[in-house]
Amino acid sequence: METNELIVCRDAALGYEGRAVLSGLNLSVSAGDYLCVVGDNGSGKSTLMKGLLGLISPMEGSIDRAAELKNGAVGYLPQQTRAQKDFPATVYEVVLSGFLNRRGFRFFYTAAQKTAALQAIGKLGILELKDRCYRDLSGGQQQRVLLARALCAAGRLLILDEPITGLDPAAAQDLYKTLRYLNEKEGMAVVMVTHDLRSALENARMVLHIGKKSWFYGTAEDYLRSPEGRRFRKEEQ
Amino acid sequence: MELLEMFSWPFMQRALIAGVLVSLCAALLGVSLVLKRYSMIGDGLSHVSFGALAVAVALGITPLYFSIPVVILSAFFLLRLATSGSRMGNDAAIAVISASALAIGVLVISLTTGMTTDVDNYMFGSVLAMTETDVLLSAAVSAAVLALFVLFYHKLFAITFDENFARATGMRVELYNTLLSILTALTIVLGMRMMGAMLISSLVIFPALTAMRLFRSFRGVVLCAGATAVLCFGAGLIISFAESTPVGATVVVADLVLFLLACVIQWLRKKT
Repeated sequence: METNELIVCRDAALGYEGRAVLSGLNLSVSAGDYLCVVGDNGSGKSTLMKGLLGLISPMEGSIDRAAELKNGAVGYLPQQTRAQKDFPATVYEVVLSGFLNRRGFRFFYTAAQKTAALQAIGKLGILELKDRCYRDLSGGQQQRVLLARALCAAGRLLILDEPITGLDPAAAQDLYKTLRYLNEKEGMAVVMVTHDLRSALENARMVLHIGKKSWFYGTAEDYLRSPEGRRFRKEEQ
Repeated sequence: MELLEMFSWPFMQRALIAGVLVSLCAALLGVSLVLKRYSMIGDGLSHVSFGALAVAVALGITPLYFSIPVVILSAFFLLRLATSGSRMGNDAAIAVISASALAIGVLVISLTTGMTTDVDNYMFGSVLAMTETDVLLSAAVSAAVLALFVLFYHKLFAITFDENFARATGMRVELYNTLLSILTALTIVLGMRMMGAMLISSLVIFPALTAMRLFRSFRGVVLCAGATAVLCFGAGLIISFAESTPVGATVVVADLVLFLLACVIQWLRKKT
């Protein structure tokens, strides 16, 4: 593994209880990349996500993850759960919890972590919401809070699972803008599972399309010329 | 003056010490359980605890030595069930376990000692039943629960708020869930003596619900839940002594009154 590579999959097969959902997976994510994972429902997007996060190990082949990721330095933005929608916690409390992975046997947050949490909140432009309650925020604001928490945990990689689900179009565009900023200015690698193909193609440099039978992995420009991409363009017109 | 006289009785002192400690533990853990949608687990565990107690008495073993391990095991099992999404449906599985434990407990009691006041004590609690060893044990276990809760406060917050994120960033979620279930089991077993199997789960659920209506931060909710629990227990104990009502039920009604009050406050706040 080269130093700027974060995740490398070689002929990996992923699945549960001996049955592969995905197989023959080859892909590499390096520092500064922007990869969108698209595909139909049930094609194995969330299985891939678990594989990339190291929550399941490959049945065949290998998934190599950089040492920092193994220590938990991954900025994960999971799908919201029902319980979270009315959770009594301030924005600051939620964002700070992003540091827990690196704290080892420490029981309390350090002053440096508290400062960094405020910086992450500032970076996402929600400093004025710092003491507000998470459940009182709009969907877009909640996603920003979770993204700020992800930044606290992240070293060089953000992994997002359907981040725009439930957002109105304006809030979704805002989120894409923020992600592009973090990718271009902060050099954060972004891996996003999404069903919003059009915006994915506008933002991502690389696309992984998981179909029931066919695969595509390459740049966004090549994708539009591929059979999968052509089908998408036909649907657009 | 009357209050001083009330607490000059040794059994009242014991009830107050043990009750305040157990209520506090139940309320703190309750915040996590309620937010994780595990409220019914408290109820299920109390019924298992009742069954274990009945079996222990029949076998002639000190009840707590037998029921603590049994309830810890079931707590572990129930939390597993709640997180795994079993085919049966989590709530149905919990209902099955709690009803079975209750039925087995009642059967064992009626076959051995007979349906006496014992059953009533186990079901609805009794302050008089608290012995000095009970109080000592309650104090020791409560101290341990409180210490662990304070030390792991941030981790418990993280797994309560977002288990998936915690797992992805390498936190040992299973370990903390196990910790949570063991602490809950201990608290329920201790509280059952006082509150009874039917009512102990309210100590877990009510303070958290009341606090969630009043506070916006997790820390605020935790502190308020603790304060609510202690206040309600104190009030319930005093009223039950003065009016000769059952302690458990009086404490629960005190909790209910405070909860309704919190609902009204929340409603008024929303209107303005």
